[in-house]
Order: sequence, then C-alpha cells, then structure tokens
Amino acid sequence: MTMKTLSTKLAGLGISVMLAVSALGAGAAIAAEEGGESAQPTHFPILKPTLEPWSFAGLFGSYDTAQVQRGYQVYKEVCSACHSMHLLSFRNLAQPGGPSFTEAQARTVAASYQVQDGPNDAGDMFERPGRLSDRFPSPFPNPQAAAAANNGKAPPDLSLMAKARAVERGFPWFVLDLFTQYEEGGPDYIHSLLTGYKEPPAGLQIPPGLHYNPHFISGPAIAMPPPLSDGQVTYSDGSPQTVDQYSRDVAAFLMWAAEPHLDARKRAGFQVIIFLVVFAGLLYYTKKKIWSKVAH
Amino acid sequence: MSGPSTYQPQHPALKWLEARLPILGLVHSSFIVFPNPRNLNYFWTFGGILAFMLVAQIATGVVLAMHYTAHVTLAFNSVEGIMRDVNGGWMLRYLHANGASMFFIAVYIHIFRGLYYGSYKSPREVLWILGMIIFLLMMATGFMGYVLPWGQMSFWGATVITNLFGAIPLVGGSIVTWLWGGFSVDNPTLNRFFSLHYLLPFMIAGVVVLHIWALHIPGSNNPTGVSVKDKQDTLPFHPYFTVKDALGLVVFLIFYSYFVFYLPNYMGHADNYIEANPLVTPAHIVPEWYFLPFYAILRSIPDKLAGVIAMFGAIAVLFVVPWLDTSKVRSANFRPLYRQFFWIWAVAAVGLGYIGAMPPEGGYLIAGRILTVYYFAHFLIILPLLGLFEKPKPLPVSITESVLGHGGAAVTAGAPSAPQTK
Repeated sequence: MTMKTLSTKLAGLGISVMLAVSALGAGAAIAAEEGGESAQPTHFPILKPTLEPWSFAGLFGSYDTAQVQRGYQVYKEVCSACHSMHLLSFRNLAQPGGPSFTEAQARTVAASYQVQDGPNDAGDMFERPGRLSDRFPSPFPNPQAAAAANNGKAPPDLSLMAKARAVERGFPWFVLDLFTQYEEGGPDYIHSLLTGYKEPPAGLQIPPGLHYNPHFISGPAIAMPPPLSDGQVTYSDGSPQTVDQYSRDVAAFLMWAAEPHLDARKRAGFQVIIFLVVFAGLLYYTKKKIWSKVAH
Repeated sequence: MSGPSTYQPQHPALKWLEARLPILGLVHSSFIVFPNPRNLNYFWTFGGILAFMLVAQIATGVVLAMHYTAHVTLAFNSVEGIMRDVNGGWMLRYLHANGASMFFIAVYIHIFRGLYYGSYKSPREVLWILGMIIFLLMMATGFMGYVLPWGQMSFWGATVITNLFGAIPLVGGSIVTWLWGGFSVDNPTLNRFFSLHYLLPFMIAGVVVLHIWALHIPGSNNPTGVSVKDKQDTLPFHPYFTVKDALGLVVFLIFYSYFVFYLPNYMGHADNYIEANPLVTPAHIVPEWYFLPFYAILRSIPDKLAGVIAMFGAIAVLFVVPWLDTSKVRSANFRPLYRQFFWIWAVAAVGLGYIGAMPPEGGYLIAGRILTVYYFAHFLIILPLLGLFEKPKPLPVSITESVLGHGGAAVTAGAPSAPQTK
C-alpha cells in the first residue's frame, strides 16, 4: 500500500515535471496531454485517470469479496441493461477468488434469468430458467440491435473491459510502473470515467446525444449517458450509496471479470519467486565453492 | 562437436550404445569436458538462457496449441477459454506471452555482448551469421504469435506488416495477396500464421544446433578477446560453466517470473483484449516492443519502399558486421574509441525503440530520422574507419595473464604485450 501511495504522489509530481518539460518547448503534444481542460482539446483522455488504492494491487493483493459482490450488484442492476458480459458464466460467481458466492446463491442468481435453449425433440426453441453453466445473458440479440437501441453505437462488452483500456502512461511512469507493479490502469480508468461526467468548458461544442467526459479515452465526449446516480443501488452491507462507491465497486468487479485468477496468480508468484531466490542463493554458494580453487 | 571424443564408457550397456551411436561421447565432449575460457563473465550465460527459453516456449506453446482454435470467429474466445477455464491456463499463456519478451531481452543482450566483445570477428563469422538467422526466425515467429489471439493489435499489426511487402515494385500487390491467402487479413491468414508459428521454432532449434556446432569449432570468445593459447587458459565446461550458467539462468527466471506473476500485461497492449474488428482501426497501431527500433526506422523514411528497404537493411547490415569492422582487436575493453561509439550506438538503438512507440510527428519524427542515420553511420562509416585510426590498448599476452596479472606464476615474467593479430 505504501508503494501505491508513493506512486500516487509521484504521479502528482509528474504533472509538474511534464509541464516544466513542455514549458521548455520540448513538444506541443506533451503539453496538450497534461494541459487540463480546454475548449480545443487535442489529446485524449483530457485528464489522466486518478490512481485509486485497490485491494488487488501489489505483491499480496487480492480481491475484496464484499466489494466484488457489490460491484456485481451494480453491474446486474445498472450496467447489464445495455452491456453484455458474454465471457462470463453464472458458475464463475461461485469460483474462489472473486465474488465467491456459495453454489446455492449462484444457482439462485442463474435461475432468476430465463434462457433460450433448444431445439427440443419437437424441433422448437424453448425458454427455461438459467443454470450455472449458462453464460450471462446479453441484453440485445446482436450488435446491430444494440446499436439501434443506443443512438447508433453498440455498448461494448464488459468481460475484458478492465484490461482492454489503458491510458498511455508516458515517460517516466512506464519505467516506474515496473517497480510499483502498477497494473490497475483499467479499474482506475473505469472509476475515473464513471465519476468524470461534468459540464463542458465554455466554448467546447458537444454534439447532441454525446456527453462531455474529460476522462474518456477516445474523445471529449462519450455516447454513454451518466449511468450512475447517488442512491440508485441499495447496498445491504451499509457501504456508502454514492456514485464514487458504486463506480469503485463496479471497477473492482470488472477487474475480477477480466482477470478471474488474479488471487491465484499473485499467490503462486510469491511461492515461485521465494523458491527461485532460495535456489539462486544455493547456486551462488555452490558456484563460489567450485570456482574458489581456480583463478578467473 | 570438437574433434574425437575422449569419452570412455564403463558400463557394458553404455559401451554397447557408444559403439553403435557415439551420442554420449558427443555430449561428453560438447558439454562436460569442453574447454571454455576461464575468464568468461556473466554476459556469457545468455546463450544457455536462450536455449532454455526456446525449450520453454516450445513446451508452453505445444500445450497452448492443444486448447487454441485458429479460426477468426473462435480464436479470441479460445484464448479467453485458456485464461479462464483451462487448469493453469492463465499461467501457461502468461508464461508464453512474456516468454517471447524474455527471449528477445536475452537475445538483445546476447547480440550486444557479441558486438561489444567483437565475438563476430574471425574465426567466428559463420557463428555470427547463424545467430542472425536465428534472430530473423525469432522475429517472424514472434510476429506471427502475436497475431494468434486475434485481438485488435493482432489484426492491425498483421495488416500493417504484411502490407509492407506491397512496396515491392511490380509484384508487391500479388505477393501481399499470396501472403494473405485472400484480399485482406482474414481466416486463411490466421490459419497459415498458426501453422508457421508452430513450424518456425523447430527451424530455430535446427539453426541453434548449427550455431552451437559453429561455436564449438573455435570455442567461445572471452572478455579480453585474446584467443585461447593453451589448456591453462580454459576450464572444463562441467562443473565450472554448468554451475555458472545455472546461476545466471535462475536469476533470469526470477526476472521472468516477476513479469509473469505481477505484470503479465505490461509488455502487451490493452487493445489486444478487444476482439479483432476489420471495421475499426485503433488510434495507434504499435508492434510488439521488440520490433520498435525497426518500426521507427521504417517510419523515419517518407517513401514506403525506401522505408521497407531501410528497415530490412537495419538487420541486413548486422550480417556483414564481421567485414565492416576493420580492427584487428576484438574486445572493446582494449579499444578506447570503439568502446565509446558502441555505447552511443546502444543508446541510439534504444532511443529508436522509444521513438517507435511514439506517434510519427513533430520532434519524434526528427529525432527518429537523426537516430536512423546514426544507426547506419555507425556500421557503414564509423566501424570501418575506427579500425584504421584507433590505437588499441596493449593486449594481455594470454587469458591466463589477464586473470592472474603480470606477477602470475603461470605467466612468463616480462613477456611483451603484443597486439592481437587474429
């Protein structure tokens, strides 16, 4: 966690360094990148994502079960109205290292959906309650229907969203990220985007049907209207029912959805590296002993 | 691989085998008693590391291929199936994807080491050229492997790179159609790339055998660049170099594991987690990091054909380095000027890599052009001239002398230092 705080501080410092560099005339592109909101933005996102302290960051990071469960609730009650998650199945909800529902709970969730199956012996398609092996149902039958219902732009599938968006880190952050193990760019982006809706700066024309969001990665305005509002989802565990909390929780859920074996990966990684360090130590002394008799 | 074997099997079964196929003797003379210069430093462990990485890539790749489907509608989801549902699949894929990057990190260190210590010079020219052939095969394999997950960067990277062949006059268009197996990057392209991605590593393995064979004729170069003169200069491969290579390898594996388990997507591109879509072009099409210096050279030149020629020329020029370097001295440790120019060139090469990742505009474009010119000037102008004008430092008489110093018991006192002639 200290590493994360450090990198957040360094990120703040970085903006001033970058501005200093651009002041020296090193490049107009760099200036625009960090120049804040203006009427004529040229580089996107206009604002870099803010770095959040995630439970799954760092050497011993793991998903916060309660948070991922809340995030699933937000997805289910809000996002799933427009966004599919076709790579996930209901059985994933009961896997360890994620929302970790009991199998019975996951079965209940699945059964609350009607899923098309078939053809049956008579050759007809039929509806039945969902099972653990079923995929999350998509809100639209095909991308064209999704686009037609959403102002011409199909809402993207969210299965891999937390790994499929990366705001350019730039020098020197991409070097420092090696040491701070920063791999939470996706959830940081999602959280910043969902909390980033605001009034456009004076002079910036936003086309009708689009919404100004300085955190959006590919332009000044995004087709998705602000999806969350305070109090929209009722949490049962007493967590704050704010847009900030919702977006934080759903970002954590999406990270799990994109990288469901992160807990196992970090645990295995620590074991592997401990083993290799001990092995390297033994080899070092063996090598030293063998070479001690010869000049080299 | 170095003359008649001295191996004498004791066990009757081994004697029986050895009389029919002298394979144990081959292993014995190549990897047990093989004489290596005693002064090799840890940069010489990268050959072994590369051999390990080739085997690791083949092992993980063969298992991945059991779960992968090479079809445009299924490839992306089959990779996600590996990541989600195959037992340990996430580890296999991350080992393989990061393994490719580690393979290139190791090969670049190996090549830089060869350039610094003059390992390409007589009598090791063929060894060097075989190494460059391996490098080319690795690039082809890495490129085609990156296409297989069929993400956005896979598709658009494949489109950009295959289109380069369209710059060839007259037949370019036909060649591109032939490469694609159609009129755009599509299912036939993915299918053949999968086939070739599986084939090329075994061709690499074949050239690696030749590379090691060519190495075992003159033996390894060493940090002094002075040739081995007698037995005293060397130590047997086992146990001295087996243990040293093992230590180097395990330290490298710690580095490798750090990426696999803690930064598995650092070397990749986020757009490759979006399924390929021929109708949507990504904002910036960037190849894998290990191609970036060559990509920067390609984009530095306004003319497409000239750019392609320059890009391939940047690799081709490495093939003829043994003849461009006119110096009689191998190691940069004894070449005060080359030593500096080597590091300037190394910084320029890394700088080209950085430029390759940036958009080709403004200051980046100008910097890319300057570095491209310098890259070629280093090989075509500086290297040939340095050998004529540079005054090398006095060389040690032998490896043993360099190890033990002038007072060393094994060295004839007061032996004059003469420039190395071979």
